[in-house]
Amino acid sequence: MKAGAGTVGVSRGCEPDVLVAGGGLAALCAAIAARRAGASVWLLDQAPETLRGGNTRHARNMRVAHEAPTPLVADTYDTAAFLADLRRAGGVMLDEALAAPLVAGSTSLPAWLAAQGVAFQPRAGGMLPYSRRTVFLLGGGTAMVNALYATAAALGVRVCHGVTVEAVAPGGGAVIREGDAARRVSSGAVVVATGGFQANRAWLRQAFGPAAEGFVNRGTPHADGRLLRALLDQGAAPVGDPAHGHLVAVDARSPADDGGIVTRAEGMTEGLVVDRDGRPLRDPAAERGSPRYANWGRLVAGAPGQIAHVILDASGVARLGLRVYPPEPAPDTAALAAALELDASDLAATLVRHGPSGGPPWFTLSIRPGLTFTGLGVRVDDRARVMDRRGRPWPGVFAAGMIMAPALLGGRYLSGTALTLSAVFGRLAGEEAARHALGGA
Amino acid sequence: MPLGERDDRDDRALLDEARRQMTVCVVCKYCNGYCPVFRAADGRPALTDADLLYLANLCHDCRSCWHACQYRPPHAFAVALPAVLARVRALSWRRMVLPSWLAPRHREPSSKDEGEAIQSTVHGPLARIASSLTLLAMTCLPAVTTRPGHRRTALLALACTLLVPLVTLAVVPSAVLFAPHHGPGAFHAVIPRGPMVWGAALALLVPLAWVGVAMTRFWWVIGGGSPGQILRALPEALGDVLALRHLDGGGLGCNDVDGRFSPWRRRMHHLILYGFLLTVAATLSAAISHHLLGMRAPYPWLSAPVLLGTAGGVSLLAGVAGMTVVRARADPAPQAPETRADGALLLALLAATAASGLALLGLRETAAMGMLLALHLGTVLALFVTLPFGRLMHAPFRALAILRAAIERRG
Repeated sequence: MKAGAGTVGVSRGCEPDVLVAGGGLAALCAAIAARRAGASVWLLDQAPETLRGGNTRHARNMRVAHEAPTPLVADTYDTAAFLADLRRAGGVMLDEALAAPLVAGSTSLPAWLAAQGVAFQPRAGGMLPYSRRTVFLLGGGTAMVNALYATAAALGVRVCHGVTVEAVAPGGGAVIREGDAARRVSSGAVVVATGGFQANRAWLRQAFGPAAEGFVNRGTPHADGRLLRALLDQGAAPVGDPAHGHLVAVDARSPADDGGIVTRAEGMTEGLVVDRDGRPLRDPAAERGSPRYANWGRLVAGAPGQIAHVILDASGVARLGLRVYPPEPAPDTAALAAALELDASDLAATLVRHGPSGGPPWFTLSIRPGLTFTGLGVRVDDRARVMDRRGRPWPGVFAAGMIMAPALLGGRYLSGTALTLSAVFGRLAGEEAARHALGGA
Repeated sequence: MPLGERDDRDDRALLDEARRQMTVCVVCKYCNGYCPVFRAADGRPALTDADLLYLANLCHDCRSCWHACQYRPPHAFAVALPAVLARVRALSWRRMVLPSWLAPRHREPSSKDEGEAIQSTVHGPLARIASSLTLLAMTCLPAVTTRPGHRRTALLALACTLLVPLVTLAVVPSAVLFAPHHGPGAFHAVIPRGPMVWGAALALLVPLAWVGVAMTRFWWVIGGGSPGQILRALPEALGDVLALRHLDGGGLGCNDVDGRFSPWRRRMHHLILYGFLLTVAATLSAAISHHLLGMRAPYPWLSAPVLLGTAGGVSLLAGVAGMTVVRARADPAPQAPETRADGALLLALLAATAASGLALLGLRETAAMGMLLALHLGTVLALFVTLPFGRLMHAPFRALAILRAAIERRG
């Protein structure tokens, strides 16, 4: 299933019924559902095989409504409760026409995914945090991605990595590029599941201003938003707001892309956070001991230079537990000031007024804003068809996953919902695309 | 003979690398449904050297975590847990097999594990006697007194395998050796019982005592347990060992070959484990037949030693063949290539022991019996003499790690 040079090119003349662009959960569910509906399917992923899976690689749990406890999820969380949570998160952005199928589709999602080979982690093992809203994947998102690629391949989906879909034509068909070679594919339908633009530095600068220079992309470096841009330029209806992204504070030493879950910063509520110039940063909504990751992401994104420093005393470090990036020790306040390039007497005064009382020695963690996903997408209807600006669906063009999620989340975060909507709308888009391509609708 | 300074530095670098990777795992937690390594790591967040030796031996090398890893190479975090833990396992056996006073003295202080003891002092008179035995054995075996590389172990195994047939050829008159012998006592007509029993006792007891010392040291290093704790945890631990429960990948099976889950490695390991235990039972039942029932080897076809030994030998051969296929097809990416040779050597030794035993059984009425008996004894000798330096060390160490994990689960 490797995309060797020209792999896609040689099959000119046997074009697919359904072409799926993307490589994460939404794309995989779309490809599998379309194939199961009888369509011939290509799945074209821009990432190399080693990085397949989009941001699903970094996920762990998905939100599902359920009426009773199951081996996978505790207590109850009915569809009304899920809908209420969506309304709280999405606010005025929430598209009720999409919220209803999302919530309804979530109830049967674990069973459907299990039938596609996905393994969930039972609660009985005692290794999961309590959750009545989400089910956990055994081994996390990468394990699910592996299972779904295996199923797709077994079903006969043609999977090609390292192939970029550059443009999509209303009515079906696409322009694909592999290395230097580009060509048109005339498929019966296209499903676009290429996510947001969180890896596109130039677009981030446009959307977030110069602050974007200090952002870390927590997920795949292939989320360049190329197809999102192409769809919008061709007249697809936008939804959401480009300047709404889900930001959390991450360690400043994180890799520029793909740091995932382990780089998320902790300890902001255990010590004092100062900005580049030594001024304290406070989360007005903070409760001690429960870090609001998104609040800190926004705070540090608004700070000068998009950097801040968490200053901890020894007991704060102890509460922090094991970290991938250990805190940097400073034996005294002067050394701390030197390390942070701050005036020693000002810093000493700040520490006396606001700081943790147990130092020196001090320990610091520098943090930056980490972008999980962006908040601009294309509008789809309840059959996952991409809509134009006049509210009419484009024939043969479907979208699923984070590229249409802003209609539900408005760029905000609701734990486990990104996976749920990717799977529910991926499956729906695949089924609809197959029906369209095979002439059923 | 002390480890060289270079070896010590290599070990330290390996343990630091294992600590770095395991830290990512403890923070990430996504794999904690696969096996008890992650739960155990959660309970030991300091990740000292001793903790790493414990975690490494708890790992069953099922590789599920490698395939599920969002941080595996080419990611910058380059987490490849099955490989690094395989290396730490090999390090742990080597370190525990070497007597403590031979371990290096010049350890660079490390912030993580000041005073931490992977070369903990050996306590107790029993352990001291056993350690002395260790030293004695090491003087007897100059070939392996330095870092026992797999090539050296293989040579030692070959030498042991050939030693018995060569000595037999030299000592036993060919008129006796190459004549068919029948009826009870036929084996001892070729190799008298005295030398066979005493030779076996020496050849078996020294390596077993040596391994016993290593196991005792390892047990202390990983935290030990009171007799009460051990007794209470033993049923669960035995169940985990005998079912090879942690080769189930959290229920799906393991990534034996590639990203797909399969039960075959576990099944083949079962054939080998139970085949091995059956041959041990055959040996014990032979001793009982000799001493309590007054029977003399070779025993009749329908006797406990022959039935147990035949079943064990067939099971071993089938398991070794299946495991060889699984290993040959396995994706090399998650593995530590330098640890593969000792696994192959163990499989070869088990196969040689089983095959020569079965051949002896089949041809015991013929003139080939004498040399086959000598060859079979040679393979058994090789299996035991190489025990402290070979892959078979995984069995006692993993059993101890599983016992310790059962104790820690009970709190």
